[in-house]
Amino acid sequence: MNWKPGADLATLQARAKLLADIRAFFAERKVLEVETPLMASAGVTDPHLVNFTTQLHQPGSQQARTLYLQTSPEYAMKRLLCAGSGCIYQICKAFRNEEQGRFHNPEFTMLEWYRVGFDHWQLMREMQDLLQPILACDEFEQLSYQQAFQHYLGFDPLSDSDEQLRELCIEQGYENFADSMTSRDTQLQLLFSHLIEPQIGQTSPCFIYHFPASQAALAQISGQDPRVAERFELYYKGIELANGFHELQSADEQEKRFAQDNQERLEMGIDAAKTDSHFLAALNSGLPDCAGVALGLDRLLMLIQAHSDIDNVLSFSHSRA
Amino acid sequence: MANYSTNEFKSGLKIMLDGEPCNILENEFVKPGKGQAFNRVKIRKLISGKVLEKTFRSGESVEGADVMDHDLAYLYSDGEFWHFMNNESFEQLAADQKAVGDSVKWLVENDVCTLTLWNGSPIAVTPPNFVELEITETDPGLKGDTAGTGGKPATLSTGAVVRVPLFVQTGEVIKVDTRTGEYVNRVQK
Repeated sequence: MNWKPGADLATLQARAKLLADIRAFFAERKVLEVETPLMASAGVTDPHLVNFTTQLHQPGSQQARTLYLQTSPEYAMKRLLCAGSGCIYQICKAFRNEEQGRFHNPEFTMLEWYRVGFDHWQLMREMQDLLQPILACDEFEQLSYQQAFQHYLGFDPLSDSDEQLRELCIEQGYENFADSMTSRDTQLQLLFSHLIEPQIGQTSPCFIYHFPASQAALAQISGQDPRVAERFELYYKGIELANGFHELQSADEQEKRFAQDNQERLEMGIDAAKTDSHFLAALNSGLPDCAGVALGLDRLLMLIQAHSDIDNVLSFSHSRA
Repeated sequence: MANYSTNEFKSGLKIMLDGEPCNILENEFVKPGKGQAFNRVKIRKLISGKVLEKTFRSGESVEGADVMDHDLAYLYSDGEFWHFMNNESFEQLAADQKAVGDSVKWLVENDVCTLTLWNGSPIAVTPPNFVELEITETDPGLKGDTAGTGGKPATLSTGAVVRVPLFVQTGEVIKVDTRTGEYVNRVQK
């Protein structure tokens, strides 16, 4: 049995400094630090995320209630925004079952923040303000999802056909993803994560923006080009660091996306997920125009301390916990 | 044979791919924050020896391969087959040239080798890490030379050729690392 931590003392100190730097950054910009529940009455509908659940036994009640450990504090933080909190940030643990590897621990630390009145461009600029001194790096690069595919694979993800995408999968040695059962998004995610991600953001961090509308998650669809969503991701040295949106405000559209997710879950042979009714009710009362982003702090620390395994930046990763 | 889900993937697991048993060398979990999770694995095909990368959708199942390693002592070759014996059960097994492959040059009688069996038949033979073999031919070296210079080639009794220091002579027995094909030291007879 190994009782010792996976992170050395220098890394624990770097983590403490990172948290202090982040708090100082937001204090100066008058962004309010908040806390929201890690256990809540609903989880996510995203078919590619798996919630941990636990049972709440309330005094006086015969039946236990299922609570969901949050995969991100997004829904609760948006409820605060709807309630008029103004700009907010949170540093908290997030939980994702069935995720472990060199870059994944089932329990990890997330920084999530929301800026009222910002669009995704303004938020990307603020991210650079926060991260450039922390990472001691050059100006960030920006590439649209379409440009990245065109540049690295000679493929247009917005207009080229499904057939061309299948051919590209075969050409790149992924015959087992070229069948008609595999969705276009899965094929795009495969090619992006295997062939593009390792090449972008090698010298300085790189934003990829305007993901296909089918991968919008909780982002607005662009007013200029309905084929894309106002969603971005940040990559540095082969690591996916952050995911952000110009946030979707429409409760109807949100409900539709939840229903689509659940439809996809059924097609994948997994149970439909309970939708978060508190969150939908809050959206109905009105979410201010805002942009938000979630950033993995353990991965950021891996980059700061030049570690290649998340185990080396956590006191005790799941295998030691 | 049982099926394995990608969740069970780890190095050393034997699976079937393209009709050939394979050994998983490395397994990496790849998951975009939003979207499908993948398992990217590095695999060695156990018959062809080819190493390749393959990506599976996480959650997918793959057929397991009935592959077992057995430690058996090398007996002799009849020219077509190489015969091995289990020192406890005295059961004998014959491996063909394809299974023996390059290991043929490190086979020493009575040495215990690892035979990889697929569905009961040998598909690979791994010699011990170190073997001792007699030099059958090498140029006479310079007197007083010590290890450190480039050395010279020496042919061993099995036909293997290794580089040895100049002071090592024909008729001497040397210890060789079979993983690298490098000379280790001379052995007192």
